[in-house]
Amino acid sequence: MTAIAARAAAELAQRGRVRGVAFRRFYERLLHFGLLGLTLLSVLTTVAIIVVLVKESGGFFFMEGSEVTFVSFFTGTVWSPLLGAKPQYGVLPLVGGTVLVTSIAGLFALPIGLLTAVFLSEYASPRTRMLLKAILEVLAGIPTVVYGFFALTFITPYLLQPLSDRFGTYNAMGAGIAVGIMILPIVCSLSEDALRGVPQSLRDGAYALGSTKFDVTARVVVPAGLSGIVAAFLLALTRAIGETMIVALAAGGLAQLTANPAEQVQTMTAYMVQIFLGDAPANGIEYRSSYAVAMTLFAITFVMTWTGALVLKRYREEYE
Amino acid sequence: MMPTVIQIPSPVDPSAEGATPDRASEPAVSMAKAIQLRGFSAWYSAHQVLSAVDLDIAANRVCALIGPSGCGKSTLLRWMNRMNDTILGARASGSLHLHGLQVLSPDLDVVDLRRRVGMVFQKPNPFPKSIFDNVAFGPRLHRQYGRTDLEELVEQSLRSSALWTEVKDRLHRSALGLSGGQQQRLCIARAIAVDPEVLLMDEPCSALDPRSTASIEELIRELRETYTIVIVTHNMQQASRVSDTTAFFDEGRLIETGETDEVFTAPRERRTEDYVSGRFG
Repeated sequence: MTAIAARAAAELAQRGRVRGVAFRRFYERLLHFGLLGLTLLSVLTTVAIIVVLVKESGGFFFMEGSEVTFVSFFTGTVWSPLLGAKPQYGVLPLVGGTVLVTSIAGLFALPIGLLTAVFLSEYASPRTRMLLKAILEVLAGIPTVVYGFFALTFITPYLLQPLSDRFGTYNAMGAGIAVGIMILPIVCSLSEDALRGVPQSLRDGAYALGSTKFDVTARVVVPAGLSGIVAAFLLALTRAIGETMIVALAAGGLAQLTANPAEQVQTMTAYMVQIFLGDAPANGIEYRSSYAVAMTLFAITFVMTWTGALVLKRYREEYE
Repeated sequence: MMPTVIQIPSPVDPSAEGATPDRASEPAVSMAKAIQLRGFSAWYSAHQVLSAVDLDIAANRVCALIGPSGCGKSTLLRWMNRMNDTILGARASGSLHLHGLQVLSPDLDVVDLRRRVGMVFQKPNPFPKSIFDNVAFGPRLHRQYGRTDLEELVEQSLRSSALWTEVKDRLHRSALGLSGGQQQRLCIARAIAVDPEVLLMDEPCSALDPRSTASIEELIRELRETYTIVIVTHNMQQASRVSDTTAFFDEGRLIETGETDEVFTAPRERRTEDYVSGRFG
């Protein structure tokens, strides 16, 4: 009796196992293709964006009646698409505005961010570190429109204008500092990761040779974490270049080629906001010009990311 | 820097009397005795890892610290150059003299101590810099030498660590391209470049293959002419091969110390005999 029952049970289990294996295989395959599909989604989106950018900016350059050429676009120093009898499309003032604001942001955020990271990673007690990191995370969570507001209503009137009356309501300096504050948490937390990733054994080695804490930090930890720090800088600068809301609010709307941070400037991103908020009719040449600007911006950030990756790769090879 | 060393005379331990600052009755530290411990105890927070150790280590000899894991030998080594300062809750009492320095004194210049006491770690830890910059790190730190001297000094240190012929054509290439054994010899070169008096080695061969181990052991025997060497090792054969004297620790106490030959062939204590013959630990 029990033998029969046992045999029946074994048979059932066997059948169950066969069905289980088939089901598992099917399930695994489903999962595989499902995940692949999701991955392709982001790849396709990227491709679609590039296609639209190229197509629309092609429309800008080869539009009927358009006098814009690649040369006049990339070397022209006057950008006045909406004003004047004859609109001029020289992109350099917009590129210059972006470079100026990004430079100010970088000069502000990179040193402060790195030194903060050094403090957090090497000097602060665990409690202080946790507290400060929480505050930095709050900073990272503030919407950028608030930073734009902050530049307009605090940085410019209370910090810059008391220094010099040449600062207008809208100026590159205020916007640059605000962008700098915005990228500070990125610089800081990524650099801190890079520094904390430096093995303790290297610190011990340096201490054992009679280093002070400063020696250990400046001569061993920071150089050893340099590749990560450079990566942090590049990522932060790329974010600064692409930042839109702060500059649209605080940098002004006048596209001019200037290195004077007290002047107002228009960045590439701010110009696109202006166009798409309705200052220009769809499919007109002004409208399409923003695609050409977007293409330029994309090319710049792409080259930066790519150069960064190359630099990192070479640097790593040297040390391994 | 906040002094993390606190002198606590233990009330329970009679031999901790040596910890009281009774300088007059203390014997003068003779030059032959490079390192002298009296009533030395150490803790990590509330956990006591060493109890009342009295130990003399002679100059220009190799002293091996042996004993089962957790017996406190590495802790002792790390107190000799105050590396334990970086560990939260580490403290010690008693006296630890090293070439006339009172190592545990809160007034001690730790930078000076560590220049005089080099350390080689368990895992080779070359800096991610060139071979040259690794060796030149210490001398640059202490501004001991000019530029031409520096090159000479780097060469000398690399020769002393038996690495020169292998690396002389690639001094400015990364140290991370060296093999494990070469890296460890580079770390030894880096340590001796600052001209220390004592070299501490914390299981310097435990991450190396037998061939590299043999070359490091040979090096240790050569270096003893110039330096006082204290080596922690788990390898009994290594201790008997490289050391002149041996100190055996168990459960935080110094069980036995003496000439290495004697400790290994005719130990006075039963526990030592069991350990060196491989019956426990």
